[in-house]
Formats: sequence, structure tokens, C-alpha cells
Amino acid sequence: MAASPIITASEVLDLAEPLLLDSGQSLVGVRIAYEVYGTLSPARDNAVLICHATSGDQHVASPHPITGKPGWWDRMVGPTKPIDTDRFYVICANVLGGCMGSTGPSSPAADGQPYAMRFPVITIRDMVRAQVALLGALGIEKLYAVVGGSMGGMQGLSLAANWPHIAERVLAIGATATMPAQNIAFQEVGRQAIMADPDWQHGSYYNTGKTPAAGLGVARMAAHITYLSESSLTEKFGRRLQNRDAKTFGFDADFQIESYLRHQGLTFSERFDANSYLYITRAMSYFDLAEDHGGRLAEAFADTKARFCVVSFDSDWLYPTELSRTLAHALNAAGAPVSFVELSAPFGHDSFLLEVPELDRVVAGFLGQ
Amino acid sequence: MTQLRPDLALIAAHVAKGTRVLDVGCGDGTLLEALRDERGCDARGMEIDATNVAACVAKGLSVIQGDAGADLAFYPDQSFDYAILSETLQTMMRPDLVLEELLRIGKHAFVSFPNFAHWRVRLSLLFGGKMPVTRLLPVAWYETPNIHHLTIDDFKELVRARGIKVEQAWFLSGDSQIGAGAANLRAEHAIFVLGR
Repeated sequence: MAASPIITASEVLDLAEPLLLDSGQSLVGVRIAYEVYGTLSPARDNAVLICHATSGDQHVASPHPITGKPGWWDRMVGPTKPIDTDRFYVICANVLGGCMGSTGPSSPAADGQPYAMRFPVITIRDMVRAQVALLGALGIEKLYAVVGGSMGGMQGLSLAANWPHIAERVLAIGATATMPAQNIAFQEVGRQAIMADPDWQHGSYYNTGKTPAAGLGVARMAAHITYLSESSLTEKFGRRLQNRDAKTFGFDADFQIESYLRHQGLTFSERFDANSYLYITRAMSYFDLAEDHGGRLAEAFADTKARFCVVSFDSDWLYPTELSRTLAHALNAAGAPVSFVELSAPFGHDSFLLEVPELDRVVAGFLGQ
Repeated sequence: MTQLRPDLALIAAHVAKGTRVLDVGCGDGTLLEALRDERGCDARGMEIDATNVAACVAKGLSVIQGDAGADLAFYPDQSFDYAILSETLQTMMRPDLVLEELLRIGKHAFVSFPNFAHWRVRLSLLFGGKMPVTRLLPVAWYETPNIHHLTIDDFKELVRARGIKVEQAWFLSGDSQIGAGAANLRAEHAIFVLGR
């Protein structure tokens, strides 16, 4: 079936009020870059907020301006797709701390120079504060749903816990309510790779003609491995060599997997700001919804009236099913209507972005009701 | 609306309107849907099979993928008016502990199961000398999920020993209700309402 052309518009919002952050600092002159798809109903009751993951951006269903590739969730968002833009008014904003138009470490501070490491450390809740400010500016008091995978799911959970009256439905895919040590560990490896790059220059690289592309590339390579699964790597690459018949007895990318990872690192460095990567992964490491409630996660959701759908994938070892199950049980204990399902998919954590028909069915089903 | 299986129809008819219900082993959510739509219940489910859970989510139901043998422990005490276990008790690793869990979570519990002492099962075993394969027990012994076959008398004995009260019981032969007389011989199927 031919899909009708998508209605899209890239917008920028400048917040009139300063954003008060979890750190106690406040950020003035915050800009939020966002995209909207579809049409807001006269009753303003069909808004769906999609929150992107670590390396994502607002281009959820429109081509990326730098890479030209389709939107990161193009397969999920659009006319007649599971998140149907003929029915829903879809909003997706670049997170606070990001590098695709929203205020982040590469944005100019009051002195006109980029913040760099003067940018305050932010949290997932601070990102959601920016989302809430955007909704306010758009005149949206209620969300039909907030949807997100990975860090996007965490923003959805933070919204439900901290602004319990806004979202009527929360769909969290491959997410967690509390960042576990293994993930903090990988996030730290990424940050150290960036900071070990001499071109990082303590973050003040913006006007030097050099960027810590190598460090960011290594961070991306390591992270990318954690997004995949052993079986998907074996199937896609095995021990196959890259454009050669024999090993070179050197340190070129002999193996296809090496070449693939180098390419991932390289292209990521071309489109992503290294300091943004530091701040965003820091926010993730700090994420723990139970912390404010003496470790009792259920209490974080005591006031929410939302319906929840929690989805995990059996091959996701970065955000394993156990994290989603813990979340689902906590929501249940809080009396929230919650569904939880572990889907079978071979692609590891990245399964939420890839071809998993059962996920389409769950998303469409959850949003359909 | 599809016709409910007879034991499910009986359960649905006896769940008070507007109550909180947990269906353990809810399958594709047929009973939950009926309870929500026809009885106005806050109906939740637990189901082990992902495809079934996805089907439930698509119906707008709240269902948690989980194993009744392990995951019931996460539900708070007396958080439901009813806990339902239909056609599932005989598949549990420890049916006795699951019964205790149902009555910890729910004020009442509906439990239905196929009666292994039905005369047809007895005849099949007596004359065939092999594990019976009947209408209600259609799967051969080596692949049946029913690892703990039980009879109505076994069940009564268990609940008595555990100090559990039988509040009501129905017995089915074919798809029709029969009296309690010699139910252990005549009923293919039993449905109990339990309480403390």
C-alpha cells in the first residue's frame, strides 16, 4: 500500500524561563529542537511523545540532515505504521545535552563561546524537564502516550514518575528504572576513550580545528558491540575477512567485524559531538528512579494513573529482561495497569530499532486501545 | 464476542461486578476481556507465552509475562478480590504452593482443572493399561504440560489439609453442569471457589 506523504516540520523552541536542574544549577536560554508529525486534534488528545536513545535525535521519521539516512524509527512511525501519524500527533525532540539543535555542551554560553565542560551535568529528569517545557509551549497538557526505547524508555518512566498527570500511556522498550553497574561500566569506558584523546583538550576543542574523533569513535565501537548480540555478530560477520584472501599479519582491519566497527566509529564521529556523548552517558549512569524513594521503586509510581507497557528482548544482554521484569513488578505493586512481554529477536539491544514484527504488533496494540 | 469455554463462562458469571481480578495463566486473554467488558472488572493477567501476552496487549489488557510458579511472589497480599487459575493447576511444579499464593494475593480464588478420576479416564487406564488420552486430556504423556494430574477427591483433600475453605464448587460433564453426587466419578471437570 502506498503511504501518504508524511507531514513533517522541524522546529526550534527557545525557552523563556531558565531550566532548574537536578544539580541545583539553572540553565538560561535553553533551546529545544524538535520535529512534529501528523496533526494535533482539536481536543489536543492525540499527542504522542517519542523520546530518543543515546545516539538518536529528533529525526525519528524524517531523513537525517547529515547522513541522509531515513529517520531512526522510520519503520515504526508514519502513516498507517504502528505509531500512526494519520491518527497521532507525534512529537520528537533532541534531548537536552544533545548536539542536533537542542542546548548542549556545543551550544554558546552567555559569553558567546561554546559551553564545553562548563555545561552543567544533567540527568534524565533534566532531559524530561525540557520535554515538559516543550509540551507546555505546544499547549499540550496530556499525552496520549510517551514512547521510547533504551534511554528514551527511561525518559518515559521519569515522566510518569515525576509528572504523573501528563502521560496516559507509557511504553518503555529495552529500558530500566535503575542503571545497573555493568552499564555504568560501559558508559565509563566510552567517556574515558573520549577524554584520553589528546584532541579532546579538556573539552575545549570547538575552535581548534580538531575534534576527539578517534576517542569518540572508540567509544562508539565499544558501545555498538553492547547493542548487538553474539549470535547476530557471528551470523553477520563470523570470521570473514574484509576484501582480502588472507590475514595481513598487521593491524589493518583484516576482519569484516573490525572494518564494520571502524566504519561505525567514523560515521558516528562525523555526526555526533563528543562532549554531548559525555553528558548524555553521565545522565544515564546517574539514572535511578528508586533512589528518591529509599530504594522502593514501586513508590516512584505511586501517583501515576498511566497504563504501562514494558517490553524486553531475549537477546538484549545490555538491558536484560530481568530489568524490565523488576520494573513491571514494581508497577504492579504500585497498582498501575501494566503489561510486560519479553519478545524473541536476534539483534540484542538494537532489536527495538530493527525488523521485529511482534514489536510492531505490541506497539500498535498498546496504542490502539 | 466469542463464546467462552464452559468453565470460563461459569467463572465469569460468578465474579462480582467491578472487582479486581488476576487471571493466572490467562492465555490470549479471552476471560480477561469478558471480565473487563461485561463485568466492569479491573482485570489483570499473568501468562508465560510471549505470543499470548502480545495478543492480550493488542486487546488493551494488562498482562505480565511470567511464570506462576515464581512470579506470583511479586504481588502484594490481598491485592485482588479474585485470583483465577483455570486449567493450569495440573501444570504447576508445586500446585500446593500456587494455591497458597492465590489465596495470599486474592481474597477468593477460582480454580478449575480436569478430573483424572472421571470414569472414562479410569476405564481407559483399566482396560488400555496406558496413560489416558481423552477429550479433556488430548496429549500423550510425554508431551503433555499436565505434570501433576489430580482428581476431585485429591483436590478436596489438599484444601482440607491446608485449611482452605471451599466456598462453592461446580462440576461439568461434557459441557453441562452436573450435581455434586459422585462427582469424582462423573465429572470431567471441576471448578472450585476457595477462600480463607
